[in-house]
Amino acid sequence: MGNRTVLYDAHNEMGARIVPFGGWDMPLHYGSQLEEHHVVRRDAGMFDVCHMTVVDLTGAGAREFLRYLLANDVARLKEPGKALYSCMLNQQGGVIDDLIVYFMGDEWFRMVVNAATTEKDLAWINQQAGAFEVEVKARKDLAMIAVQGPNALTKAIPLLPKAMQEAVGELGVFKAASHADWFVARTGYTGEDGFEVMLPATDAVALWKGLAAAGVAPCGLGARDTLRLEAGMNLYGSDMDETISPLEAGLNWTIAWEPADRAFIGREPLEAKRGDQANRRFVGLVLLDRGVLRDHLKLFSGDQAIGEITSGGFSPTLEKSIALARVSQQTGDSCEVEIRGKRLKARVVKPPFVRHGKALVEI
Amino acid sequence: MSNVPSELKYTKSHEWVRDEGDGTVTVGISEHAQELLGDLVFVELPELGATVDAGSECAVVESVKAASDVFSPVTGEVIAVNEELADAPETVNQDAFGDGWMFKVRLDDDSQLADLLDADAYNEVIEAEAH
Repeated sequence: MGNRTVLYDAHNEMGARIVPFGGWDMPLHYGSQLEEHHVVRRDAGMFDVCHMTVVDLTGAGAREFLRYLLANDVARLKEPGKALYSCMLNQQGGVIDDLIVYFMGDEWFRMVVNAATTEKDLAWINQQAGAFEVEVKARKDLAMIAVQGPNALTKAIPLLPKAMQEAVGELGVFKAASHADWFVARTGYTGEDGFEVMLPATDAVALWKGLAAAGVAPCGLGARDTLRLEAGMNLYGSDMDETISPLEAGLNWTIAWEPADRAFIGREPLEAKRGDQANRRFVGLVLLDRGVLRDHLKLFSGDQAIGEITSGGFSPTLEKSIALARVSQQTGDSCEVEIRGKRLKARVVKPPFVRHGKALVEI
Repeated sequence: MSNVPSELKYTKSHEWVRDEGDGTVTVGISEHAQELLGDLVFVELPELGATVDAGSECAVVESVKAASDVFSPVTGEVIAVNEELADAPETVNQDAFGDGWMFKVRLDDDSQLADLLDADAYNEVIEAEAH
């Protein structure tokens, strides 16, 4: 038996199929993964993301510490509430985790890290924090629910504490507002508009059931994965890990090279590989033949092996199979994928595949 | 609890077999199997005229989640495949024992049907998996 979130009983009441995931027993779906996917693209769905970990960094040295810890630069965050996506690298420039960091005040930053990586992340952060004036605290007392879809904002706002409804209603994209232990961010992992709500665990069941009553459909990890894949968002552990540089995971845009004198962890090995023609490209694939692209399938151009799929699956919106893949720099606009001994044709595209309910690639 | 029609035969690997009474059988995957797989998005069927062997893989079903092999419950020649599934794999989710059938086989030997599970025995297989 894995860890259970505070919403575990509510999932069972709603008919969830529970599966183990990163040490947790989590809902895979509540009947149909495809319907859950579509409801997020067309209306509003909600996800239990309590298994992810909220980490608060407080103190006079928090900003300075994060400028050292993360490959993206928190100095870019000028307005309180603003969020930044970043990789946390090891000394070799490999990715320990990807995360979102929120700037809430001069002495308060909040990060949200992945579930399966939580323990190693906390060990690494604490190890690096030694010389800085910063306190690191994992907020296991908080629950997290993501509400996503074109109608997510309208349906969720009336269920938030009255005192923060107005502020949340005015939130820009990638910004957050807080009120006591409630924290609402206009972020997500689906390619749709929506919120990620952090709140006291004791209030989570009431919010979950309130959202259901307001017509927000419960959605499982299955739909979460097909939605993020269509949105071209990386999955830690599949698309990148400690052996992969962000330069080969489509995450160049998250590395803040300027100012040149900011010495963040992993900078030197990354600098050495920057612009290297041997770096593999991170691309999207659309399968032109029938079939389903899966993780680790090998890719070819003629007889030559050119790379492999890092995460693949079926796109319910495009009704085609799609994937993210790491391929050689010279790869053209099509390739072949080997599935059960057969070679099938795939088009090479630039992710994302779908955003805000619309296809962005030729199929 | 899954529906397990008593007039069908089954395998431990969750295929069902309907004896058509003329030396041929129809094969599909059970209601329980489609529930485990989740929404199907692709079905690869054996070729018409191919010879299939009992216990060997002869088709593939892919759900949003994963690919799974379908094993032929019997030995014989494939005399029909359900081509409708190419465009509508979800039919297997909606009607596993009916319109979601996969292929028909002319048996090499009728007596092999006796080796398959009846509904009670198959129910026990499902029960055992749940614990």
